[in-house]
Amino acid sequence: MAAEQAKVDPMYQFTIEPLAGSGAWELAGYNIAFTNSALWMLITTVVLFLFVLGGMKRELVPGRWQMVVEFFTGFIDDMLEANIGKAGRKYVPYVFSLFMFILFANLLGLLPLGVVGLHPFTFTSHFTVTGVLAIISFSIVLLVGFWKHGLHFFSLFVPEGTPLPMIPILAPIEFISFMVRPFSLGLRLFVAMMAGHVLLEVLSSFVIDGTNAGATFGLMVGLPAFILMIGICALELLVAGIQAYVFALLTSLYINDAENLH
Amino acid sequence: MPQIAQLADTWSSQVFWLLVFFGITFFVIGRGMVPKVMETVAQRDGQIAADLAAAKAARDAADEQEEAWRVRENENRAAAQAIVAKAKDEAAAKSESKLKAAQTRLDKKLAEAETRIAEARNAALTEVESVAVEAAQDIVTRLAGVKVTKPAATKAVKEAMSHG
Repeated sequence: MAAEQAKVDPMYQFTIEPLAGSGAWELAGYNIAFTNSALWMLITTVVLFLFVLGGMKRELVPGRWQMVVEFFTGFIDDMLEANIGKAGRKYVPYVFSLFMFILFANLLGLLPLGVVGLHPFTFTSHFTVTGVLAIISFSIVLLVGFWKHGLHFFSLFVPEGTPLPMIPILAPIEFISFMVRPFSLGLRLFVAMMAGHVLLEVLSSFVIDGTNAGATFGLMVGLPAFILMIGICALELLVAGIQAYVFALLTSLYINDAENLH
Repeated sequence: MPQIAQLADTWSSQVFWLLVFFGITFFVIGRGMVPKVMETVAQRDGQIAADLAAAKAARDAADEQEEAWRVRENENRAAAQAIVAKAKDEAAAKSESKLKAAQTRLDKKLAEAETRIAEARNAALTEVESVAVEAAQDIVTRLAGVKVTKPAATKAVKEAMSHG
């Protein structure tokens, strides 16, 4: 690739590169190489750990850090209590982990580390990852539902007050919408994160190519694209929070179905 | 799209490391640390509620004390007023009796004085009469050379005096 062309591949940022054990690390025949994706999961976990650790001073009058951590736990606690009720409190550890893990992954993936030569990797832009998280949430819904209600859980597919002749029509629709949940849950996050990063990358290619093409193109294309990028960056920060919130909110709504049926 | 192009090569690694790190997040942070953070919050909420309740109780107690104090104060004031009124009454009664006694004494003295005055006047009158009788006798003797008996002179003097 010629330097003056400086071609930007907007998809390259999602490439997974093995960092260690690309061939040798195997678990039951499956490759478990430590990749850049795994590295950013590790970073997310460590940063999240340090973040929550800072809120563990257990002071009666909280400092700023403790205040922020307590805000997040209170936020998840309130959300679960609003959606599920008193029984929702036991899901706080799971939903908090889910929300914060996704939130930190999204935000860390947005860090402008490219400036210093590092490449942040947003593992929530891989449907393998979001799919696993969605499947975990969906499994919890199924387990709780069948554990608490047994076969009565299937009454979830019959909305309350449905006239008898409508049941054969409505139940399959409800069933399909229920089964679509893990896909919509996982795909929503994956698509939102990927789209945002692709957009930023495409805009950055406009800036680079436009500037390389000369002063006129630089001013006509590069500058507006750069200004738009700044705005999109702010929007992406918002999306990072919203997508984490949506994932946690939908999980809590689905758990509510399992906990309380209709 | 690397997500699909690399799927066959990387999915096992992705799933494995996600489960490892999300597992650590869930068990260490979610299960281990979050409950403690929430416990702290609950503790603080409890403390605040307890403090508020204590403050309310203290205020109620203060109100009660004030009420009791007010009742006592009112009683004291009433008692003091009663004492003052009683003392006033007593003093009034005393001064009245004193006044009465003084009045009586004065009246008595007055009456005595009047009696004495009347006596003195009577005595004086009698003396004047006797002097007048003697003088009349004397005058008659000297002028007319007639000796007037004392009863006659007395009678004449009395007549003249009563006529003024």
